[in-house]
Amino acid sequence: MSKISLIIEREYLSRIRKKSFIVMSILGPILFAALMVVPAWLASMEDDEVKTIAVIDHTNLYSGQIEDTELLKFEFLQENAEETVRNEFKESGYYAYLVIQDNLLEQPDAIKLYSDSQITMDAKGYVQRSLREHLKSQKLQSYEVDGLENIVSDLNQIDINISTVKIGDDGSEKQSSAELTMFVSMAFAFLSYMFIFIYGTQVMRGVMEEKTSRIVEVIISSVKPFQLMMGKILGIAMVALTQILLWAVLTILIVTGVKAAFFPDSEMPTRAQTQIEMMQGQNPEAAEQMASMEEGFNFNSILEMVNSLEPLKTLLLFIFYFFGGYLLYSALFAAIGGAIDHESDQQQFMLPITIPIIISLYVAMMTFRNPGSDVAFWFSMIPFTSPIVMMARIPFDVPLWQLMLSMALLVGGFLFTTWFAGKIYRVGILMYGKKVDYKELWKWFRYSGD
Amino acid sequence: MAFLEASGIVKRFANHLALNDVNISVPDNSIYGLLGPNGAGKTTLIRIINKITGPDEGTLLLNGKPISNSDVMKIGYLPEERGLYKKMKVGEQAVYLARLKGLSRNDALKRLKYWFEKFEIQGWWDKKVEELSKGMAQKVQFIVTILHEPQLLIFDEPFSGFDPVNATLLKEEILELKKKGATIIFSTHNMSSVEELCDHITLINNGKAMIEGPTEKIRRSYRQNLVHIDFSEEPEEVEKILKSNFELRSLKSVNNHFEAQVKINEEQSLNQVLSGIMNHCTIHSCQELLPSMNDVFIQVVNQKEQPSQNQDS
Repeated sequence: MSKISLIIEREYLSRIRKKSFIVMSILGPILFAALMVVPAWLASMEDDEVKTIAVIDHTNLYSGQIEDTELLKFEFLQENAEETVRNEFKESGYYAYLVIQDNLLEQPDAIKLYSDSQITMDAKGYVQRSLREHLKSQKLQSYEVDGLENIVSDLNQIDINISTVKIGDDGSEKQSSAELTMFVSMAFAFLSYMFIFIYGTQVMRGVMEEKTSRIVEVIISSVKPFQLMMGKILGIAMVALTQILLWAVLTILIVTGVKAAFFPDSEMPTRAQTQIEMMQGQNPEAAEQMASMEEGFNFNSILEMVNSLEPLKTLLLFIFYFFGGYLLYSALFAAIGGAIDHESDQQQFMLPITIPIIISLYVAMMTFRNPGSDVAFWFSMIPFTSPIVMMARIPFDVPLWQLMLSMALLVGGFLFTTWFAGKIYRVGILMYGKKVDYKELWKWFRYSGD
Repeated sequence: MAFLEASGIVKRFANHLALNDVNISVPDNSIYGLLGPNGAGKTTLIRIINKITGPDEGTLLLNGKPISNSDVMKIGYLPEERGLYKKMKVGEQAVYLARLKGLSRNDALKRLKYWFEKFEIQGWWDKKVEELSKGMAQKVQFIVTILHEPQLLIFDEPFSGFDPVNATLLKEEILELKKKGATIIFSTHNMSSVEELCDHITLINNGKAMIEGPTEKIRRSYRQNLVHIDFSEEPEEVEKILKSNFELRSLKSVNNHFEAQVKINEEQSLNQVLSGIMNHCTIHSCQELLPSMNDVFIQVVNQKEQPSQNQDS
């Protein structure tokens, strides 16, 4: 067995046996699943307590204009009751009381809602909406135009629902979903970002561990420093892959398990659906928009839309860019780990590595809005930013030549950084107690040695 | 023929010369001492032999052939800075390091079993290294170093960190390895710890080999013709005789005995000293004093530093 595979084996096994890895592998999917399931669960648990709100209307313009709902009851009291309600609020059993001081068309802020607890958004929103509807129709009536109310309600019915269709090279049409595309591209960009950071840092820590525990000299008397570095980088890459795979499989298992246990008959409310329900309580217009977007997510058409993203191609590209980016950065992380003695020294060297990663994420965010822009193009070519930015562009279809060029540059990029990092690493791991700066690193890089 | 032959080794670091034209020749099946103060260049030389770094100039022959990457398997190296993976279990780690040296898993297990039994440390197999004391970890590391039965063993500061009992155990094991045919290089600044073990030595200072050769020969060549005599009775008479014929360095009274150190010149011998005083006192013991390697080293460094300044100018 070749030595580098021995090193990969050790790096891999020693990491996946760690408690932290096992905990993360279990907690991650639970968190993901919770993100999907908990809002639905919370919605189903919503309190069913009936709240009564006292209304004291000094203008006498609005009595009876707020209708009771299932959970909100309104009692319109005499004008002089305000003092009593205020003084005996606790005993009165009211949830809140509403005081209207003036004509709201003239004084929109002449209304206050009092309570001894925080008033829910639902209650406030409902009162606001009811009075607004009433004021609107009052205003319409004041124009004294026949049938105006019908005209306005007609206008409110107008809505459009754009379907986006992608034309394939062969002229075939596929229904696509702009929302889904955006979501997928965002998810990929963010995954790449997260994993490059988490596992790059692991490489750095691993190198530092070997250096500070002084085992490195024993090992490089058996293998070349470059083999040790690459073995570590590849071993940790496999840990990352294992983690992704475990998360994906476990998340699916948990979600389907929860679905079977708690929502056996009905379709499980998705997060978006719950949000729509919650928003309908406050903001009907936004909720309608969400609902129309949600239509795109019904299962009949979702398959076709996922297909329009070419899942296999996307997945393969994701793996390529993820690995390319990881290799490129983890080599640099390894060089830092080799150069420094203490974790506290890492700051100054981390910065130049962190900046391009963070810039990539920003550019990726812009890419969702304008995937064909010059900025997106250039940043998807530069190897330091392409793993994240290109992943954000891929769901929007990238010309083949751009993809090829970007991939070739990335391969060149990581070959360069591993070569560069290897030179620094080799000298650094045997240097103890030396204050390292960039000038020193440059010296190490130029130093021929072997 | 020398087992390991290094000639004209030069190694430069950014702003200093770590090794300046160093030649060493390690005879087959010998114990070779590489002595010198901290920072003399010993570790650099050892790293070059181990192929951890390369020399800027010079050649390195192992068994008459240039040392190659596969020769690394024939070397066992115990670095000065000992280290093991702290979180890894002892047994697992030993197997891993042995496999990196080219042993198969089964061979490694078999040999480890032998050594763990010999050192009576079988109970440590499943412990993590961080649970071991420093001395215990050193034992494990020693086993790992010799497990692949290397022809050349290099120990950097071998006895530092060992208590006297374990240091003795280690010495015995090393002599055993020599008997089995291994060639051993010791590198240390603590010269008294190895001088009785070493057949050959090289003294290194400031990147230069100051002196090389068989230990006894070196000590002889640096002897200062001092004799030590332990006697009793009539110290005044003896003192008078010693002072008149020789150079009396010191005379001390120790528990009713007297100890004298006498310097004689080249023509004189210990016999003459003894015959001069033997009728006046009882002689308990006498011996010619050979300098310790430490003394030799100090002498060499002092001698060479002053004249070398004149030579250079």
